[in-house]
Amino acid sequence: MAEIGTAKGPAAEHRIILRYADEPDYTTDIDCYLRHGGYEQLRKALSMEPAAIVAEVKASGLRGRGGAGFPTGTKWGFIDHAKNQKPVYLLCNADESEPGTFKDRQIIYKDPHQLLEGMIISSYANRAHLAYIYIRGEMVRGAQILERALAEARAKNFLGENILGSGYDLDMFVFRGAGAYICGEETGLIESLEGKRAYPRIKPPYFPAVLGLYLCPTIVNNVETLCNVKHIVEMGGAAYAKIGTPNNTGTRIWCVSGDVRRPGYFEYDGGAITMGELLYDVCGGIRDGNRLKAVIPGGSSAKVLRAGETYRIRRKNSQGTMEEVEMKLEDLPLDFDTIAASGSMSGSGGIIVMDHTRDMVECLNNLSAFYAHESCGQCTPCREGALWMHKILDRMAEGEGRPEDPQLLLDLAEQIAGRTICAFGEACSWPVESFVAKFREEFEAKAAKEHERLQPAC
Amino acid sequence: MALIQNPFDHDLPSADTPRVHVQLDGKWEEVPRGLNVIEVARRFGKLIPHYCYHPKLSIAGNCRMCLFEMGTPKLGPERKPILDGEGRPELQWMPRPQIACATTAFEGLGIRTGSPLVESCQKGVMEFLLANHPLDCPICDQAGECKLQEHAFDYGKGRSRFGEEKVRKPKRVDIGPRILLDDERCILCTRCIRFAREIADDDCLGITERGGYNRLSIYPDKRFTSNYSLNTADICPVGALTTKDFRFRMRVWFLKETESICVDCATGCNVTIGSREGFVHRLTPRVNEAVNSHWMCDQGRLGFHPIHSKHRVLEPARRAETGLFPGEWPFVLRQVAESLRKQNPSSLALLVSARLTNEELFLVQRLRDLLRGESEIFTEVVPRKGVADGLLRSDDLNPNSQGARILGIGADGEKLPELRKGIEEGKIRALFCLHEDAVGAGVPEEMLERLSLLVWQGILADKTCEKAHWVLPGASFAEKSGSMVNRAGRVQRLQRAIPTPGRAKEDVWILQGLILALGGEDLGQGGPDVFSKMAAATPAFQGLTWAGLGDQGAPLPA
Ligand SMILES: Cc1cc2nc3c(=O)[nH]c(=O)nc-3n(C[C@H](O)[C@H](O)[C@H](O)COP(=O)(O)O)c2cc1C
Ligand code: SF4
Ligand code: SF4
Ligand code: SF4
Ligand code: FES
Repeated sequence: MAEIGTAKGPAAEHRIILRYADEPDYTTDIDCYLRHGGYEQLRKALSMEPAAIVAEVKASGLRGRGGAGFPTGTKWGFIDHAKNQKPVYLLCNADESEPGTFKDRQIIYKDPHQLLEGMIISSYANRAHLAYIYIRGEMVRGAQILERALAEARAKNFLGENILGSGYDLDMFVFRGAGAYICGEETGLIESLEGKRAYPRIKPPYFPAVLGLYLCPTIVNNVETLCNVKHIVEMGGAAYAKIGTPNNTGTRIWCVSGDVRRPGYFEYDGGAITMGELLYDVCGGIRDGNRLKAVIPGGSSAKVLRAGETYRIRRKNSQGTMEEVEMKLEDLPLDFDTIAASGSMSGSGGIIVMDHTRDMVECLNNLSAFYAHESCGQCTPCREGALWMHKILDRMAEGEGRPEDPQLLLDLAEQIAGRTICAFGEACSWPVESFVAKFREEFEAKAAKEHERLQPAC
Repeated sequence: MALIQNPFDHDLPSADTPRVHVQLDGKWEEVPRGLNVIEVARRFGKLIPHYCYHPKLSIAGNCRMCLFEMGTPKLGPERKPILDGEGRPELQWMPRPQIACATTAFEGLGIRTGSPLVESCQKGVMEFLLANHPLDCPICDQAGECKLQEHAFDYGKGRSRFGEEKVRKPKRVDIGPRILLDDERCILCTRCIRFAREIADDDCLGITERGGYNRLSIYPDKRFTSNYSLNTADICPVGALTTKDFRFRMRVWFLKETESICVDCATGCNVTIGSREGFVHRLTPRVNEAVNSHWMCDQGRLGFHPIHSKHRVLEPARRAETGLFPGEWPFVLRQVAESLRKQNPSSLALLVSARLTNEELFLVQRLRDLLRGESEIFTEVVPRKGVADGLLRSDDLNPNSQGARILGIGADGEKLPELRKGIEEGKIRALFCLHEDAVGAGVPEEMLERLSLLVWQGILADKTCEKAHWVLPGASFAEKSGSMVNRAGRVQRLQRAIPTPGRAKEDVWILQGLILALGGEDLGQGGPDVFSKMAAATPAFQGLTWAGLGDQGAPLPA
């Protein structure tokens, strides 16, 4: 049995977000949070100008933890408060449905007030007076915990009218999602929050910062992103920016699942640990003494990395000039930029590990089943393509592959990516593209075995 | 401005919109700023294929058929566009295709509608759309006017790589009293949903299920009862929505198309009459931005059926003791003219329909002048009141009340009670009903028996026809050419689509025959001929010509 939980490997974790989450006597009630210095940063933030907080967030270099890694300060800067006449909304994306990702729920289930404090500060910074936490429908307990936390915060006037005498009003509600992955896509989330089917909106024109919830300027941020804002206020943007590496500042929570001895979630400074260190030292290596075969580094939509691959990574060196270095999979430092340079993405931080016993056709079929089920079905390529790719893979996995299948899969994936309304198009085609390209021999082998299942056994 | 307010008019930017320059397939063109790129291309004779885009509906951007390659001006050091030798901005092309339906023209926009990337996108979307499509064109009513067929032919690969089992969905779903849904054919463009929500104000359609199993559905316990429901069958790019009325009636490529107008109310929606071998199979709305835009009501669309009723009167006839006896037209016309002449004008009444064309009304006017002598001849029209619905339908269900007013025929029905009184008191002894039923207009049946002369001209046998001494079978709206004036004062043309059945005749011909028999002048043989005489003689129509009305009509001269 692999033990689930934290591991103290050689490179020690640096827990900021999850600092208290797993302390034995840490509870979710507000008193416990207050005992641990809770809502102090809110007091500090309310004494600052909203624009000053935005400036700190910009200086911190914080990038979104929901998947795309978009700079949070830049996103907040899209709203022109001098011109804007409409109400502004702040939405917390707590839909966490990307397979392989289980970080946001640690925060929600174990330290809900940290999220609330981050959200209240962020709402204040963006001059929002109404905020929602859009929580994945399946996380029923999480929603209850947040509801209680909201009531507690209201009772203590951290929410409501004239918060702590500052003159600032904010109300906040929990909204339970509708049980679909696409509700996590920010414009799908907005539609869902408006009471409609979570059909992502076309961008342009519906950029949330311009035409978001009820067509008003809206900021959508991930749970982990919003928690970071609290710590940026605490230490200042410049100090925060010193954590991690340039452009990959702050900590990140990596969620490791799959064929390692000790899966779990681990918080490290950006770029502070390599893939190899995380898998072998922190997670105890591959289970049952097996060999590593492949890693999906950033949630199921990220392109797969194959063990034994080397990558030519272009990066800035300490002198500030660009250099190109060759790296093995195990040597990749875990951050946004290096993983992107390896041809994949660190996305939501969900690292899925596959060992040499895994059948890549089966693995991809498993993912494609998810995507076929979760496509919202709005736009043609994704709706038809996701299901078609799954049908092919399912057939291959059943032993009824056809010689044309691998190429067809690649063609279909290419016909989807970049041609859809939302990034789900990429999410469902990137795995196919990378699995088939990188493990082509396995797919070819399955493809050749047409009608194997129907042959008599002797 | 159309008589119906469209929520969107992507194809009609206001005239004062500033102009910008866009590069369309290598050529620089000038267009209004903000014009939808599909419309930009259309203005220069290029089709950017599309399914979900409709100029009058909100933009959905879901079909992805309209993907194009988009260029933007390259910016120099001071964020100023870099200009080429001819002073045009140099363009840089985005690696990702964009949807034309959600892109609007701006200065320096580059549009490529047929590059390899665009073609590959179109092929891809076509392949995806056809993958699970039932491909039952041989039994599909849309075949022949199906965008999926057309675009498959023009942009598709010609063969499918889909070797899996297709998704099965419900067929023959009864979603409303007049419309049927085939979910397997639906390409989920959501046009119908948006129409129901944005125009018909009957938000009852939506999509259920997930991903590839998505299907168009109606809310449980709801029916698509809107009087505009059939427009969804027109805008549905495929054969997913079909009208119960036209379903399986006729292959559309056999239909002769005649441009005409609906005569079910005073709005006068422009229509195309689809007919074959003397039989009208359907009406479909025809775009006229001064009247109905793209739409028409279901009532108007289905209102043509009585013209093929078995109650159509087909022969000119005279009543004798034992019943109606068919006669020959020249004889009948002469006899009727003679009988009319013998009447004392003060005892003669004309009950005229405001559903007649201007030309017919003009001839009625001339006929009346010939008969009148010293005293006025009582003339009235029969009003038809309906309920205006705030969309297209007018509260006036006569299509040409305006024309009757202009030509001085009747007084909007206000004098109608006098007709009954006149007959009752014996003042009116002769009645000529033109496409109207005196009984329906308030004259009791037995009172008609007191008349010494009752002439009936019309198409469907009614109570008056049963009592008439003379029966003159006329033409329905689809069997004649002529003009009418709609409620907004627009003069519009009806065009003959089919011949009159049996020995029925165009009403202009009948009236002209009576006028000639009474020694009147020859005013022309058909609607167009009469129109020019009428326009010359009627100040309100002065300057209008038949040809000048065109297929879009013309406003009454001020
Ligand atoms: C298909 C799809 C699913 C997504 N699901 C989530 C999710 O569950 N949680 C999340 O935070 N972001 C999700 N995102 C990303 C959001 O669209 C959005 O980028 C993010 O919430 C922005 O927050 P951030 O800037 O803090 O990262 C998803 C995106 C896509 C395309
Ligand atoms: S890409 Fe897929 S999930 Fe996104 S809008 Fe289109 S169909 Fe829906
Ligand atoms: S029924 Fe027709 S109009 Fe409606 S969504 Fe389907 S294809 Fe589009
Ligand atoms: S609104 Fe009037 S003119 Fe238009 S289709 Fe209906 S009945 Fe005919
Ligand atoms: S017409 Fe543009 S996406 Fe459908």
